Amino acid sequence: MKYFPTKSTCSVKRANTFNNMTINDTIQETYVALSANKVRSSLTILGIVIGISSVIALVSIGQGATKSIQASIQSIGSNLLVITPGAQRSPGGFGASGGRGNAKTLTLDDATAIATVANVSAVASEVAGRYQVTAQGTNTNTTVTGVSEDYPTIRNVQVADGRFVNDSDSNSLTKVAVLGPTTAGDLVAAGTEPVGQTIRINGIQFKIIGVTVAKGGSGFTNADDAIYIPLKAAQRFLSGNNYLTTIDVQAASADVTTQVLNDATQLLLDRHHISDPTAADFSILNQADILASASTITTTLTYLLGAIAGISLLVGGIGIMNMMLTTVTERTREIGLRKAIGAKRADISRQFLIEAIALTVIGGVLGILLGSAISFGVNATGLVSTSVSLSSIALAFGVSAGIGIIFGWYPARRAASLNPIEALRYE
Amino acid sequence: MIEVKNITKTYGSGDTAFQALKGISFDIADGEFIAIMGPSGSGKSTLMHILGCLDTPTSGTYKLDGKDVSKMDDEELADIRKSKIGFVFQAFNLLPRTTVLRNVMLPLIYAGVGEAEREERAARSLTAAGMTETHFLHKSNELSGGQIQRVAIARALVNDPSLILADEPTGNLDTKTGEIVLGTFQKLNEEHGRTIVLITHEPDVAEHAQRIIHIRDGEILSDKKHVQRKARQHIQ
Repeated sequence: MKYFPTKSTCSVKRANTFNNMTINDTIQETYVALSANKVRSSLTILGIVIGISSVIALVSIGQGATKSIQASIQSIGSNLLVITPGAQRSPGGFGASGGRGNAKTLTLDDATAIATVANVSAVASEVAGRYQVTAQGTNTNTTVTGVSEDYPTIRNVQVADGRFVNDSDSNSLTKVAVLGPTTAGDLVAAGTEPVGQTIRINGIQFKIIGVTVAKGGSGFTNADDAIYIPLKAAQRFLSGNNYLTTIDVQAASADVTTQVLNDATQLLLDRHHISDPTAADFSILNQADILASASTITTTLTYLLGAIAGISLLVGGIGIMNMMLTTVTERTREIGLRKAIGAKRADISRQFLIEAIALTVIGGVLGILLGSAISFGVNATGLVSTSVSLSSIALAFGVSAGIGIIFGWYPARRAASLNPIEALRYE
Repeated sequence: MIEVKNITKTYGSGDTAFQALKGISFDIADGEFIAIMGPSGSGKSTLMHILGCLDTPTSGTYKLDGKDVSKMDDEELADIRKSKIGFVFQAFNLLPRTTVLRNVMLPLIYAGVGEAEREERAARSLTAAGMTETHFLHKSNELSGGQIQRVAIARALVNDPSLILADEPTGNLDTKTGEIVLGTFQKLNEEHGRTIVLITHEPDVAEHAQRIIHIRDGEILSDKKHVQRKARQHIQ
């Protein structure tokens, strides 16, 4: 530091008097002020740290949950329409309803007809039912689905070992089965090769020809606990009729799903000779609709989490205001002194406002680090895959600076409007 | 240089109105060392606040360097304080936890003086006020009472003000240290031609000035020059 006089000129060089404090001066003054009571400053900063980090962590968990739910819905297949039978109705509209989904209204001919609808890229037929399955010494009860060849393409099923069932198996009524990895684990002793072994479904012997790749849970059911057999074998040996329980339709792209939905609905209404669409004996579920409603739910949950975290941020902000008001009272004489030697209202007001902003910005940076660490930790547990987005960091930083301005403004204004005479006399 | 004409100051209004100053007039020439003396409640603090541009009179005029400052608003007064007045108070003179040098530079910071020039001027002021270089980087809370007042005097000087106003500067000091501080004022007055107004209630202290204005009940009782008493211990 050079403080010894080197020249004896006494010219008063006045810089811009409007903004006369340099950044360096401001940083020094703020540091001296905040380090005067380190415990109090730290606790106030902690309030902001907790607020900001909980916003970042909870929003990242919420967004992670949204993403994983969307991913699991998409793992069912993309651009998918699922047609299921409606309630069986007697002609004329009287009589007992068989209940939704149980009606025997969909046939393989319906599926073939739907394949001709414009922009349909694939159609798969299913006949599903739960049956007791036995193997050497073990048994289980699981969903056995008779499927057509296109099923793996549409429903994202991949084979890990062996091969999948195809239409020639179906046409020749071959008794072969493909197991989900969970079912394979249940029925086949660990260490032995499942392919080539035999199982009994509902007492009928089937030969295992493949095991699928694990997909993970898709919401309410475990997609890995399943057995796939050829469609016609299922109709012949298990359900005993020629109806289908589900038709999966894949549209060529997301843009045309609505058109495919409308056309397929009309086609089936015509084929089933139903004129009133509300009396349809089938229902078509659009995967995009499921995705949209799931997204709405998870987004709402994310907002909810953010709002709860926001409350703690608000409490942190009130902590800042409380500290700044205490500081202004404690430093009344300092303010009086500064005013006496020429500080203007704007000088005083800026000094206290910058102190408040410094607190929140320090808290904001630490909060972003802590929040990211929490998010990273949650990710490491494997429960939800989370990621901290740049936008949530920018938002958190903006919010913390904003809180400094909002909650620092009132104390700063109070300091600036102190009367210097009163302030100097203050005991 | 300073012209005070028929200044009054009234606090409150109606029945509870209290007139602290009842028409005070005097002139102060450049380079004078004046003591304003009076017991507490005499109005000397009110007069000090008006002279120091911390407050404005209810009526009358106050001209500082030919400029009428008696009708100025807060922001204009702050500008006048910044450029023309240096204060030394009885207590709480320095910012705590801040170095001596920085305390002295503070008025220059508010006046927008550049960093290099600030340090140079602060160092010169401190030397003039009798501080040694070794203390420049000490924190203000590491100083003795006498040193604090000398740093305060250096700060009052740093802006090259027209007027140094000292409000009971020896009030918190023992006699010996008080003498040193008063000696500093005398030296600045004699060697540097500084105009100094000392506000005190102690005749002993007032006698160190060249002229004493006595105030009682808001009026001037007497205003006379007298033989200045030299401080017993000049600063080395």
